[in-house]
Amino acid sequence: MSLTLFNVIGAVIVAIAFVALNAAYLVWAERRGAGRIQRRPGPNINGPLGLLQPPADGLKLMAKQLIIPGGADKVLFVAAPVLAMFPALMSFVTIPFSETIVAHDINVGLLMIFAFAASGSMALLFAGWSSRNKYAMMSAVRSVSQAVAYEIPLLITAITIVMITGSLNLIDIVNQQGPSVLHWNFLPLLGDGSPKNLLMPLSFLLFFICTLAETNRAPFDLGEAESELVAGFHIEYGSMGFGLFFMAEYANIVIGSCLTTLLFLGGWHPPVPFLSFVPGVVWFLLKVYMLIATVIWIRWTFPRTTIYGLLNLSWKVLIPFSLFNLLLTAGLLKVF
Amino acid sequence: MGAYFSDIFKGLWSLLVGMGITFREFWKPVVTVPYPYKTFTMPDRYRGHVELIENEEGKPNCIVCMACQRACPSDCIAIKGEKPEGSKKKVLTSYMLDFTKCSLCGSCVESCKFNALEFSKEYNLASTRKEDFYFDLLKRLEDRNS
Repeated sequence: MSLTLFNVIGAVIVAIAFVALNAAYLVWAERRGAGRIQRRPGPNINGPLGLLQPPADGLKLMAKQLIIPGGADKVLFVAAPVLAMFPALMSFVTIPFSETIVAHDINVGLLMIFAFAASGSMALLFAGWSSRNKYAMMSAVRSVSQAVAYEIPLLITAITIVMITGSLNLIDIVNQQGPSVLHWNFLPLLGDGSPKNLLMPLSFLLFFICTLAETNRAPFDLGEAESELVAGFHIEYGSMGFGLFFMAEYANIVIGSCLTTLLFLGGWHPPVPFLSFVPGVVWFLLKVYMLIATVIWIRWTFPRTTIYGLLNLSWKVLIPFSLFNLLLTAGLLKVF
Repeated sequence: MGAYFSDIFKGLWSLLVGMGITFREFWKPVVTVPYPYKTFTMPDRYRGHVELIENEEGKPNCIVCMACQRACPSDCIAIKGEKPEGSKKKVLTSYMLDFTKCSLCGSCVESCKFNALEFSKEYNLASTRKEDFYFDLLKRLEDRNS
């Protein structure tokens, strides 16, 4: 009993440290990357390559006072950042970093991650509602309509994978993808068991676009559209309230990339079998950080869409395509 | 229906083109200068406030002809000169430039026939006090030489 309690506490500490470190240094990577793309150096004053910038930012945020605006709903206002961070942390419990490195392997891991991801938009709604600020409110409404619109194609695409694998267990889903890059789910060629749908690259693309939208990343960052809504739902938050929202955003990016890696990019399998002497966790993290780099790259390439463009893309393009993909996968599974 | 698919395809293609552009930019060298630590050298045609040109002895070329003072449309320049004992030429004793009114039009530099005025390359001139912009050009010349 005491051993399991010890395990749980250890897992929580590791998860929090991983999330915090990732959030801090992804901000650094994002700012450096943005700088390079815009032909400027980015933060380079504090420490070598600006590597001490994240701790400096963190100290600044922690030293600030948490101001609750007059007329705000105090309970919800304080609860919202915690509610934003909590699902992000919980999702890490079930994500396997390799066949053995997983905090808790449960049979419905995929379902659990989606359940927690869905509750994340509740935190945004709380934050926007309780701030008593018109920009925050508008941003919260946008975020929720966006989350509703993009969760449908996200889940439908995930269902196609679940249909092929026949399991919601993330380790099973990875193990079903074979040892080399040709067996991974984003390619239509080979697979263990049933032959795969020819539209697998399309599902990969759909899933990736939906994770971008789900994590409120540019070009779908309408929830915090700086030029229209100042800062969106966290406009009234200073100090670590804002810090938690920021960390949650980056944690969600990591989760989205982890999930894309697990479902489509073969998890911890090396791209070619003879490289299997390198530990699986290295391959997994390599794939995850390449996806994150792509997410950052996308953010600094594309301008923000309009709210109509965003909803049109989901309801008129992504949902029909994902439904067609689902039907095709179901048909192929039935025939072969 | 065809338009629907071609829209999607063209849209996707344009996204890839955009990502290609940012990918290429990523590897190019940085073009900005970290200002307080490094500065650009100003090009020859840069117009700062005017400055006196000196001759070989470190004295100003100015012969106090007052052409620049008359040419100035904003009345920025106030020159004083005197003829020392036994000398034929006037010597400049004070050259005050009121930079608060100067519009850097360059009429003074144009009007000078004796190669005595030039534009400086000075641009770090921010101040919170108005008095900082009344320049004594003769004193600046001496400071440069000392």
